[in-house]
This record gives sequence, C-alpha cells and structure tokens, in this order.
Amino acid sequence: MIDGVHPELETLSISKAREAVLSGAVTAVSLAGQHYDRIAAVDPEINSYLALARDRAVVQAAKVDAAAKAGSPQGPLAGVPIGIKDVLALRGAPATAGSLILKGYHPPYDATAVAKLEAAGAVLLGKLNCDEFAMGSSNENSAYGPVHNPRALDRVPGGSSGGSAAAVAAGLCVASLGTDTGGSIRQPAAFCGVVGVLPTYGRVSRYGLIAFASSLDRIGPFTRSVADAATMLEVLAGPDPLDATASAQPVASYGVEAAKSISGMKIGVPEEYFGEGLDPEIRAAIEKALDDLRAAGCSIHKVSLPHTKYAVPTYYVIATAEASSNLSRFDGVRFGLRSEEGSTLAKMYRESRDEGFGPEVKRRILLGTYVLSAGYYDAYYRKAQQVRTLLTRDFLAAFEQVDAIVCPVTPTPAFKLGEKTDDPVQMYLEDIYSVAASLAGICGMSVPCGTTKTGLPIGVQVLAKHFDESTMFRVGTAVENGQKSSTAQSQ
Amino acid sequence: MTETAGVSLDEVRHVADLANLELTAEELPRMARDLNAILGHIAELNELDTAGIPPMAQVAEVLGLAPATSGETLRADVVRPSIDRAAVMAEAPETDGRFFKVPKVIER
Repeated sequence: MIDGVHPELETLSISKAREAVLSGAVTAVSLAGQHYDRIAAVDPEINSYLALARDRAVVQAAKVDAAAKAGSPQGPLAGVPIGIKDVLALRGAPATAGSLILKGYHPPYDATAVAKLEAAGAVLLGKLNCDEFAMGSSNENSAYGPVHNPRALDRVPGGSSGGSAAAVAAGLCVASLGTDTGGSIRQPAAFCGVVGVLPTYGRVSRYGLIAFASSLDRIGPFTRSVADAATMLEVLAGPDPLDATASAQPVASYGVEAAKSISGMKIGVPEEYFGEGLDPEIRAAIEKALDDLRAAGCSIHKVSLPHTKYAVPTYYVIATAEASSNLSRFDGVRFGLRSEEGSTLAKMYRESRDEGFGPEVKRRILLGTYVLSAGYYDAYYRKAQQVRTLLTRDFLAAFEQVDAIVCPVTPTPAFKLGEKTDDPVQMYLEDIYSVAASLAGICGMSVPCGTTKTGLPIGVQVLAKHFDESTMFRVGTAVENGQKSSTAQSQ
Repeated sequence: MTETAGVSLDEVRHVADLANLELTAEELPRMARDLNAILGHIAELNELDTAGIPPMAQVAEVLGLAPATSGETLRADVVRPSIDRAAVMAEAPETDGRFFKVPKVIER
C-alpha cells in the first residue's frame, strides 16, 4: 500500500463514488480535488500521469454537483474520477502517446470513448503514461520515463497501459481507460492487481485513438472490481458514426449480466497455456481459481488451442506491418515535432522521425517495413495472416465445447525495471498468453487471483466468444467472489 | 522464408530508407542484430503448412460481420461540420493559417 494523503481512495469503487456524490456526502469537485492531492503526494514515485486536465475536470465536476443538487437524473459515472491513457484524444490536454514526436500536440477534439465517459458524468482527471505508441510490455519505452508498479516500486507495472493500471492500483483515479493490441490491458492489470478488460474487437469505437495496429487495437477499462468494469463497458460499447469498425452488435446490460449465476457453465482449460515457463505460483493461483469456479457449479474441461506457440511470431509480423503504415503520418508537417535540421522536405521528414521516435518504435517500423517489402510480403505478411486464421479457428472450435476459457495472463509476475530491456525477443515472449486472443478478436479480461509469497499480484485470464462479454463478466465475478471468500477465511 | 543468413546492414539501410528513418552509425548494427533475432523467431511459422488457408485481415470477415455482408450499416452519407480549421492549423509546426508550410521540396 502506498502512503500519502487520502489512502482510502485506493479502494473506492465506481458505485460508492457515485453514491457519495449523489447523496451529497462529498461533492464531485472535492472528490476530484482529493484525487489531485493524492496524485501530487504519491505520483512522483509512480509517474503514472503525464498531464492533468484540472480545468476541464473542475468544470465537469461542478456541473455534476449542480445537477445532483437540483435532483436531475445522473449518468452511471456521475462524479467518478477517471484517468485516460495518453494515446486517446482529450480536448484541452496534450496527447503524446508516450512519444517525443507528439510533444506539445493538443488534439482539438475528443475520442468517442472519452466523450462517452464524460457524457455519463465521469470527471476526467488527466492523461496516463504508456509505452511509446503503446509498443511495449513494461512501460519502459515511454519517452517520459517509466512507470513504477505501486505494489513494488522497483518493478514494472506492465505495458503498454502501465500508467492506466498503476493509477487505479495506487488510488490516483477510480477507473481508467487503456488500450490493448497484444495484451496491453490484461498484462498490466495482472501485474498491478486490478481488473482489466479487452472488449471484443469492434465493441468500442476507436475514433480519437492514435493507431498502432488497426486490425488489433482495442480500448477497454481498468477498474478495482468486475462490477465496475461492467459499468464502464456498458458506457463505452456500441456503434459510432465516426468509426466504421465499431460494431452494431447489441450491447447487453453488463452490470446485470455480471451478477448472474454461472452454475452449469462449461469452462475450458487450454493445456498449451500451462506448459514450461509458467511460474509455479501463478499455476497454483489459477488452479485455485478453477476450484472456486467448480464450487460455483461449473464443469471444467480440457481444451486444445494447438497453434498457441505461433501466436507471438504471428503477432509481431502483423502488428509491426500495420504500425509501419500507421506511423508514416508522423512526419513533422501537420502536428507534433518538426526537426530544425532538414533543409528539404525529404530531409525534414527523416530528421523529425529520427529525433521523435524512440528505439523500440524504430525497431518495429523497420521490422514492419521489412515484412511488407518487395519479395518478403508472401513469406512473412501473408503467411502470418494465414496463421492468424488458424489461431482464430482454434478458439472458434474450443467455444463449440465450452462457454469460456480460463488461463494465465502472464508467465511470470511483474519483473524488475531494466530486467528485460536488452533483449527484444525476451520482452516479446512476455505476451505469450495474451496475443492469441488479440489476433482472434475475442473478448477477455484479467481478474486478480491472489499474490505470490513476496506479495506480487497474480491475474487470471477469462476469455469468451466474440461479443459475449456477458459470459466473460459472469465468470470474472465468480473468480472474484472466490477470492473474497478465501480472503475472509484466512482472516 | 528460406533465408537463415539474415538481414545485412545494407538491407537494414534500405528498409530504413523506405520507412523514412535515419539511423545513426551506432543504431544500424544494433537494429540489424535485433531484426535477425526477431526474424529467427518468426521463422518458426514455416513449420506450419498453410496451403489453402485463407489469410485473415479483419476479425469481422471471419465472423461474417463485415459491413458489406452482414447488414451492419455504414453511416448516412450526409454533410456534417468538421473540426474547426483554425484549431487544426494551430497544431501545425509551420502554417500560414490556411496551409501547412514545409521546407522546399526540390533542391535546385
């Protein structure tokens, strides 16, 4: 636990915060102020916020307070302080994507996800640190310094949404938005001991998201409970005229769904996710979670996802290929950094990109350009797209037999800062249990399921069919209830 | 994907050129080393016979939910206001208020 002012904010839920504001127990302005005080006291050690949006937050909070006083109807997030990953546009605040190339850029519009939160009454506190352009598994690729894990300050919070996970864990916002391209919500959620949701591809509009890999990028919430995550997704989900990839598939009342019994449900356990390299304490924690699900009336079944070992190489072809294309827009012309060095247009492009991009981003642009270049397209890019089909078929076949899949999020708990920065392949293998679901487009979440002997959080991953977040939340709730009852027993 | 010899420094230079990236003398060998390590790992995909397997570009296609086939509709094609021009131009490194300004394109 982190010291500092207002330690009670570390466990505040969305429903409690909203209730407190609407009952007049605390004003939204004061609740936001308490969070800013705690950020000032605690965040220098954690480095989760890159910018605060104080003016906008106070205006919104005052609006909520006035409406509460007048007794007018309030949104599901009324007065709830929320942080936003710095890859999303929040008008009035900078958006750097953790990169120098966007230093000073203030987007003149709101991302749809951001606008939806505010329309539901949320008070948006500021922008959260992340790996540069969301590329990384440790938050060490941010141009503005790494984030420290609030549960163990010498360890990484995970990435790329490290700031979003750390801020929720440290009581610096009640919930946050992150993005997940290959594990960037689920892995930091597991490392920091919070709930993190990867909605189905297409569930949440991405208008206003700085794109990394467009066939994979998704926006999702970090919260302290499954119920809070369900509340957040209900606000975020749905079609958007500004994003043709946002699906019109019906959105359920996830809050209601999440509370339903899981008795009779079939849970799949993929053997490929429990092989060599899985930390024994994580294995034991997942097995304990499976026992809890059994006790709640589920049957547990072995399933096979035979192409799992090919997920990481497939991901690093497809994601980098798309990134090399998406990141070509950063050229010093329309926004962000322009190098003073270039005397011609071509030189200006190159110098701006050289000064603006960090090493991991350059590495991925080079790899992506290479796999798309003449002579290699079929061997790498097309091949990876074919394997992506096989990986997706694995899940579709498994979901013929079971309702949900339960497995680890990560092979190890949070590692130390600096431990893996020299070896990109080792860092990429950190994503081994998360990228397959990303490639297949299914939904998934990380739910806290205990800690290691040294106190590092462990997360369990719950995966469900495309657009079946309801089942995912139900299983997540059951895992969470199992945790609560074992904590109660040990006390 | 038969090449095990790996990517040469010249190839990295060529790819950097294509990507409009400038690499320093120190960055070049390091990037070559990293690319070879990653491509070595990616070469595992060759273990799979993918003949006849359709490539997957989009999740919606696999589910039969692509807008053209599923009845999911695109938005109505009507004129609507866009972001204020002055607000957009204010973000540009160099502008005359109407256009983006760039260094000369062709050296004479």
